[in-house]
Amino acid sequence: MIRDLTCIVCPKACKLKVEYSEKGIERIQGVLCKKGQDYVREEIYNPTRVLTSSVRVMDGDLKLVSVKTNRPIPKDLLMKVMDVLYKTKVKAPIKIGDILIKNILGSGIDIVATKNIKGNG
Amino acid sequence: MREVDIIIIGGGPAGLSAAISCKREGIDNLLLIEREDRLGGILNQCIHSGFGLEIFKEDLTGPEYAKRYITEVERLHIPFMLKGNVLDISQDKEVVVVSPKGLFKLRAKAIILSMGCRERARGAIGIPGTRPAGIYTAGQAQNLMNIRNYMVGKRVVILGSGDIGLIMARRLTLEGARVLAVVEILPYCSGLPRNRVQCLEDFKIPLLLNHTIVDIKGDKRLKSVTISKVGKRGGIVPRQKREIPCDTLLLSCGLIPENELSRKAGVILDPETSGPIVNEELETNIPGIYACGNVLQVHDLVDWVTLEGEKVGKSAASYVKGGKRNYQWIDARAGSGIRYIIPHRISTERDVEVTLRVSRPGKDKDILVKDRNRLIKKVFFGKVNPSQMIKLRLNKKELRGTKALWVSLR
Ligand SMILES: Cc1cc2nc3c(=O)[nH]c(=O)nc-3n(C[C@H](O)[C@H](O)[C@H](O)COP(=O)(O)OP(=O)(O)OC[C@H]3O[C@@H](n4cnc5c(N)ncnc54)[C@H](O)[C@@H]3O)c2cc1C
Repeated sequence: MIRDLTCIVCPKACKLKVEYSEKGIERIQGVLCKKGQDYVREEIYNPTRVLTSSVRVMDGDLKLVSVKTNRPIPKDLLMKVMDVLYKTKVKAPIKIGDILIKNILGSGIDIVATKNIKGNG
Repeated sequence: MREVDIIIIGGGPAGLSAAISCKREGIDNLLLIEREDRLGGILNQCIHSGFGLEIFKEDLTGPEYAKRYITEVERLHIPFMLKGNVLDISQDKEVVVVSPKGLFKLRAKAIILSMGCRERARGAIGIPGTRPAGIYTAGQAQNLMNIRNYMVGKRVVILGSGDIGLIMARRLTLEGARVLAVVEILPYCSGLPRNRVQCLEDFKIPLLLNHTIVDIKGDKRLKSVTISKVGKRGGIVPRQKREIPCDTLLLSCGLIPENELSRKAGVILDPETSGPIVNEELETNIPGIYACGNVLQVHDLVDWVTLEGEKVGKSAASYVKGGKRNYQWIDARAGSGIRYIIPHRISTERDVEVTLRVSRPGKDKDILVKDRNRLIKKVFFGKVNPSQMIKLRLNKKELRGTKALWVSLR
């Protein structure tokens, strides 16, 4: 299989053509440093992203608290995690780093707050 | 009238770090003024990650990055005023502020401008058609969705490929909207490659380069936009028009320094950056008035904003304490291929870091720093891109005897 990738490890943003199979990467066209090689392997076999979004707040000085996954999650889980976040409501006060959802969808990854929210009581 | 040593206007990352730096330099009589009800500036609505990689070597979200500096401001007991809107600054550094407590006048020995930037809507003004509801700047949409919990629309077209537009393309998609296209008139994406990959390619959102919007339809609410390919000379290619039904249009056509106050104070602006003309201390033409952050130049990374704030804090503190002033400034000028260079004036007596942006993307380029015909420095870049701020360090040995500094691209 062949895939065109843009390496995003640094601002040089090298354009690459990657030939690969289930067994491994066969050939990469384009300049590539050590970090770039690791990025390509991850992107092809196990693409992950940090998801950032927000969750509704009850009784807070803001209506929403911003959140993130505490580690990168597999890319194909992004939308499923969003569905869970959409249905979630949390109560103020909230502090940065508070775990709002533990082990989301059994992934071993937590949803943590990235903003302080004061109670409005 | 209350007298303050240093007044800092704007409590975003630039103002926060400037205030911390002033305090660390021994200035206790200072005041940070912010018009919103919390510190942090635009970072409060930038809930995505990608902040702090340079300074903290960590991937933080906007609010997390801001919190680190807000905590430090609180720990150092730096006085700040919220809901304080600065209305006017005079040349003799009188500052007029309005807040829920009333109208105040303060006098400062030094002022630091850190009001940030606002969004350009220029790219959209010329578009023919109606002006229905459903048209927002990308930053307005970001504020509505991330702070106010208001979903702006379901079927969205984004005009302009700036970073905020790209970030919003992903945000909208995650929240269940369909982003039909990002339309960019230039032949390249103006946002960072990382955002192009993770915000558009991840979600298979089409990026239409060399395209623009030529018509807007809708009575009350937006019904459709018509896009067209743009030819080599900038003309519309009539046979390549396409109408896209949508209910929302976001404009992401670039940022411009917020300089109404600077102008009122008599600060001279650089037509290229729309920010003040400054010397190596980041001091404007008015002695004791300094500028940092996006009010000076629109930055690509918040980390550089913070470092600029730090530098300004030191300069302003030195001014208040009666530090050295009698420098012989020489001009630093942007030559061919360079859009601008900051600072505009340097002393050649100290090492200096200059920031610049190129005019166009390019490959295998040299940036040349010259004193008329004498080559001072040559730096090779495999790739250059206008979306990226380039920093060069020049040391005083290299600069000795320079009459005028020219920077160009070859
Ligand atoms: C909508 C938007 C989204 C952005 N998203 C990103 C991003 O995702 N990533 C990134 O790296 N950069 C982003 N930027 C750029 C970002 O602005 C900078 O990285 C950084 O926040 C600039 O810091 P600053 O302190 O100069 O300005 P700001 O953060 O804008 O802070 C300026 C502060 O000054 C206050 N102010 C202005 N005028 C007055 C006045 N007259 N009186 C009192 N207070 C005043 C404002 O309320 C504000 O709090 C974005 C910019 C905008 C406009």
